[in-house]
Amino acid sequence: MQISSRELKRVNVVTVGGRVDSAAAPDLEKSLQSLLDDHRNQLVLELADVEYMSSAGLRALVSALKAAKKGGGDLVIARPSTRVREVLDLAGLTSVFTVYDDVVEAVGSF
Amino acid sequence: MATERTLIVPGRFESLAAISDFITQAARDAGFGDDDVFHIQMAVDEACSNVVEHAYGSDRRGDINLRCRIDNGGDLQVEIRDRGRPFDPDQVPLPLIEPDSADLDAMRVGGLGLFFMRKLMDEVTFEFDAESGNCLIMVKRRPK
Repeated sequence: MQISSRELKRVNVVTVGGRVDSAAAPDLEKSLQSLLDDHRNQLVLELADVEYMSSAGLRALVSALKAAKKGGGDLVIARPSTRVREVLDLAGLTSVFTVYDDVVEAVGSF
Repeated sequence: MATERTLIVPGRFESLAAISDFITQAARDAGFGDDDVFHIQMAVDEACSNVVEHAYGSDRRGDINLRCRIDNGGDLQVEIRDRGRPFDPDQVPLPLIEPDSADLDAMRVGGLGLFFMRKLMDEVTFEFDAESGNCLIMVKRRPK
């Protein structure tokens, strides 16, 4: 799994790629948590290059979503790969996250 | 003739990538299409993650034994064995995800792994034996 984060004025764009399995999910969770700890709770997660996301990856996303909302922000998903869309759908999480086809649009939503 | 292959790896999260390669290759060789290969890989990844997290946990060590069998009809059977704590699927709560609910706190995403396994595979059977440990058998039928 690869993670990188870009800090914009009001929003952080976190780009994730590769396999988000149980081995990688704790790293994703830590990265998101450290942004939330810094009160950066307006997050765009760009998931175009995620080849696979397991239930552990989804748990990391849901826990970050809850924390972001508690802090008055949100966590939205941009450009999910087909496999990410499929897994969100399978878990019934599609309507829990706001999903954008475009990063600019996702950033602009805040 | 039925073909069979096996993989034995330490029951740790670091083994998941090797497990994924093994099962992806087996499913491809069995002639499954990309979507089915992905689903089989996902079910096996979730099953093995559960073994590492729950059967072995932080205090136990042991291997995961995978055996993959393609029968004459082309169906794929995956057998996953471990020597960790007995696993009882009935003790796993179902995930609680209300699609239209704004109440995030009420949402429970535990148990999703087992939920995925049952959704993605045609058969999922758990057995525990004091001698041989946990044995999970999952079957994916070849599309007719």
